[in-house]
Amino acid sequence: MSVSINTRKHQPECSVWSSNRRTFLRMSGSALAVLGFAAVGPVDLFSIPIGMGDKDKVDLGSGDTGILNYAYALEQLEAAFYTQVMTHPYKTMSSDENRILTDIRDHEIVHREFFKAALGANAIPGLKPDFKKIHFNDRMSVLTTAQTFEDLGVSAYNGAGQLLTSGDFLLLAGKIVSVEARHSAAIRDLLKPRSDNFAPDAMDGAKEPDDVLKAAGPFIKDSKKINAKNLPGEK
Amino acid sequence: MTNESILAQLDPELQSRLTPRRDLFAKAIGMGVKYASVPIAVAVLSNSVFGADLPQDITDVLNFALTLEYLEDAHYKAGLGTKMIPDSDRKVFETISKHESDHVKTLKSVLGGSAVAAPNLDPTAGGAFPDALSNYQTYLALSQAFEDTGVRAYEGQAGNLMSNKKLLTVALQIHSVEARHACEIRRIRQEKGWITGSSRGTLPAATQAIYDGEDNTMQGGKDLAGLPGVPASAITEAFDEPLTKEQVLAIVKPFIKS
Repeated sequence: MSVSINTRKHQPECSVWSSNRRTFLRMSGSALAVLGFAAVGPVDLFSIPIGMGDKDKVDLGSGDTGILNYAYALEQLEAAFYTQVMTHPYKTMSSDENRILTDIRDHEIVHREFFKAALGANAIPGLKPDFKKIHFNDRMSVLTTAQTFEDLGVSAYNGAGQLLTSGDFLLLAGKIVSVEARHSAAIRDLLKPRSDNFAPDAMDGAKEPDDVLKAAGPFIKDSKKINAKNLPGEK
Repeated sequence: MTNESILAQLDPELQSRLTPRRDLFAKAIGMGVKYASVPIAVAVLSNSVFGADLPQDITDVLNFALTLEYLEDAHYKAGLGTKMIPDSDRKVFETISKHESDHVKTLKSVLGGSAVAAPNLDPTAGGAFPDALSNYQTYLALSQAFEDTGVRAYEGQAGNLMSNKKLLTVALQIHSVEARHACEIRRIRQEKGWITGSSRGTLPAATQAIYDGEDNTMQGGKDLAGLPGVPASAITEAFDEPLTKEQVLAIVKPFIKS
């Protein structure tokens, strides 16, 4: 099993994820150096350059690396959204809502930083969000957008599971997707407390990357430059 | 992605919210449109989809999941049969109960003749929770315990389903719903919707095994502890951790008589 990278330089010594499952998690010293977490604060995403020059396509890559980049893109989006929400909290935000949205922001930052470290040199650049259609001073706008993002995240991870070839990555996706589902349920409970809203179906959705990226596209600047064609399952 | 068709194949009753397929399936096997005919239609169809001869390791995983779903299904049916659930929370439990019944039906339909029978259950776990079905707080605590266990149990088994992409996806689609249930019940209990460290919160000490190991900060070989910009609590909350089959069975064993 190999994780092939089509368009980026493959630097095996910088990859956390060895293609060999037995050596998964082992890294050379230089890889560890690459993995050192930069001091990234909650608002950092906004200061990251777009990373997409006009000629640059952001290639998610292929194989398991491609799926991890795909997840990284979604986590970037979520982290940026909640960071913005908590930087300018809507006026009527209750303490319960404040606590939940703060927690979710922090979880999404953890997810984002995790993928960034995991991908190392293979990570796509920081994406720039486009939130101009979201009214951050309006509770309904914020919470319904949050619900959209969380449900999208759940269906994205559920759909991506079968595209992964590494059981270790699958486990990591599983560890994250249930937290996204908890987020969704909490947000849905804020919108319609103690109703049937927290879990709309006995089985959650499972979406393929194309559909997820189409839905996420309007919230990402220059989203058309994201190249998902090399992801597994693409024709 | 053939998500819709998987659903239809597995459980037309579920799918019927989107399309009137229930009738189609029932008609197809000449049994009219009665609700009661649906499980039979599902069984017939799922056998043709997955084959009667699923490998033993897959059957084992699905029967393990089915056992947990039987337990949950019985727990919610029993609770809804009492008057202890306040009206304000009843919709939540009706919703969860419906889902668990659907999960049982789905897994049974996939397993066909290989499905294990529903076990005889003891809601008091051998007397450890004598008021399980009369004290709402105890009932809530057990509900949270079952749901958080279910999340971790499915997580531990996903890798064992990799050889069958359709079934892996089905398991993932159930897994995330268990997490939704867990969050909602935790919120009713005034707990965070997510698990902080290995804390069982206000649950009784007997449930600690459900939360052991949730304080893991090593993800993919990187220790996330000390990640700047976030509180330490967020690092463990951001990941649910798997439990092995043995760990899960040890947790639920007191509730299973035979």
